[in-house]
Amino acid sequence: MAKITLQDIRHAYGPDPQREEDWALKKLTLELKDGGAYALLGPSGCGKTTLLNLISGLLAPTEGRILFDGTDITDASPEQRNIAQVFQFPVIYDTMTVYSNLAFPLRNRGIGEKEVDARVREIAHMLELDATLMKRASGLTADGKQKISLGRGLVRSDVNVIMFDEPLTVIDPHLKWVLRSKLKELHHRIRRTMIYVTHDQTEALTFAEQVVVMKDGQIVQIGTPIELFERPQHTFVGHFIGSPGMNVLPCEVKGGKAIFAGNHVPAFNAAAYKGNGKTLELGVRPEFVRFAGEGIPVDIVKVADAGRYRIVETRHQAHSIKLLVAEGAELPSGQARLHFDADHTQIYEDGWMVS
Amino acid sequence: MNKTVNQKAWFFVLPVVLLVAFNAIIPLMTVVNFSVQETFGDNMFFWAGVRWFEQVLQSERFHAALGRQILFTAIVLLIEIPLGLAIALTMPRKGPWVSVCLVLMALPLLIPWNVVGAMWNIFALPDIGLLGRLINGLGIEYNYTRQIFSAWFTMVLMDVWHWTSLVVLLCYAGLVSIPDAYYQAAKVDGARPWAVFRYIQLPKLKYVLTIAILLRFMDSFMIYTEAVVLTGGGPGNATTFLSIDLQKIALGQFDLGPAGAMSIIYFLIILFFSWLFYTLMMKDEAR
Repeated sequence: MAKITLQDIRHAYGPDPQREEDWALKKLTLELKDGGAYALLGPSGCGKTTLLNLISGLLAPTEGRILFDGTDITDASPEQRNIAQVFQFPVIYDTMTVYSNLAFPLRNRGIGEKEVDARVREIAHMLELDATLMKRASGLTADGKQKISLGRGLVRSDVNVIMFDEPLTVIDPHLKWVLRSKLKELHHRIRRTMIYVTHDQTEALTFAEQVVVMKDGQIVQIGTPIELFERPQHTFVGHFIGSPGMNVLPCEVKGGKAIFAGNHVPAFNAAAYKGNGKTLELGVRPEFVRFAGEGIPVDIVKVADAGRYRIVETRHQAHSIKLLVAEGAELPSGQARLHFDADHTQIYEDGWMVS
Repeated sequence: MNKTVNQKAWFFVLPVVLLVAFNAIIPLMTVVNFSVQETFGDNMFFWAGVRWFEQVLQSERFHAALGRQILFTAIVLLIEIPLGLAIALTMPRKGPWVSVCLVLMALPLLIPWNVVGAMWNIFALPDIGLLGRLINGLGIEYNYTRQIFSAWFTMVLMDVWHWTSLVVLLCYAGLVSIPDAYYQAAKVDGARPWAVFRYIQLPKLKYVLTIAILLRFMDSFMIYTEAVVLTGGGPGNATTFLSIDLQKIALGQFDLGPAGAMSIIYFLIILFFSWLFYTLMMKDEAR
């Protein structure tokens, strides 16, 4: 168990990084608390797997230091760092039984058979693998194999951190739920630091206590799922998280008030704007937009039924604004007017939230 | 489920049946034809039953050739498979040296077999050959045209030189297809290099190794050209393998009946061993 600190970490895959694009991971400092459940979330190629491999020691950072509990382990091998990692595709040792697979990391470290047996049985029970313990691992289904990969991380009682690199990619949709809740349950039980890399917001938001959102090799925001939802620090977070994503509209700020296409719109951080950004945008999630007696005049363009609510797409001049309307609620006919919830309307300056 | 019955499909299969018949079954049948009959020329044939088969199976000459053949194949397999695997393991996985290594490895495979025989014939000559002079220069008496051991040594060395590359290339192809995640997982699990080999590389190479063993078994069991050019089966009959012996009986002595019977026995032995290897290697999959 350990607190993980990344100090001024930077990484490039090429030998001689010159331009900004050469860096797969731009300079960042990050601290992960002991026992936390973290998710690294971002689109493909955003650097999240790079970051994960830097922590696990499969990659050495071009610059910066990595500390476990204050001890510098930048040059330590994955084995010395005592970490566990579950990969995108299940990695199992084909010729071994499930039991030997789980025992493998312990036996490699020269632990006595008695303790190995006790640990393996405990973990197999936790993962509901008891029945298949003596079977050949290669005969299991994808989710069974992924459980073995996970189990090999869990058997070692002293691992510093368990890392998951998009572990549900090859799992059938109906089993994803099962495995995901299993992971959550395991985390509650053993309270070990877990880092989960994914590009799927549902996986990240359901698993993690803290979500690290990444884009183009940079961390855009770190926060709880609720913070990411209610206060996206960057328009990217607003887009990427939520379905549909946040409405982002061009605006101006005059005298501490936001103006969108000639309409005054209350925004909670408009007063904080100092007036030096090139691009000003206003962000409001569809959840915080509603039809009202007065406000921005719009035409309804499209209504999509999403089960318990409907997604209504409206248009004001050339700008599209989406909102959610509860199932069964009346839609205004013809000209409608929209109201934005002032507490959840933010002003963004060059993409970043004004504060 | 009902199967669709469509007799017209036979018309589509027929050309293939004919093709197979002409290139495999009919030539084989002429051998079967010789093996059960006796002929004194003039296209006159007399029924001989299984006499030739009995004669071949009881002949000491056949036993000796078969013994030499099995010994040769066993030695060659025991050297080439582990050596090929070892070379493949040490070859680089990326970088400019990959293509250099691959080309070097492929070279022996591109040389015609009779040329290989001729090359080694000259290379190993005790008076003018580089290898022959060198060994004799070291004070070891070496003459593959006179000494049985020297002849076998040269023969095995030639085959190893000629064919280990095939095993290397097959194993290399198998090795590079193992995903990185396996090696990373092994690192995380604290596996030693030996464990990585034993539990990741070897199991993943099972299929290519099966193919390598089968190919090398069949080829070495049928070795002819290189051996004829190198030693001609000598000294004495020391390197007269099955195919050389068969050729002597069929075309040297013109004993077509025994030669036909021997061909079929030869074929069945290869078939049996190939089946045996395949079954042993694939045994675990059935479980």
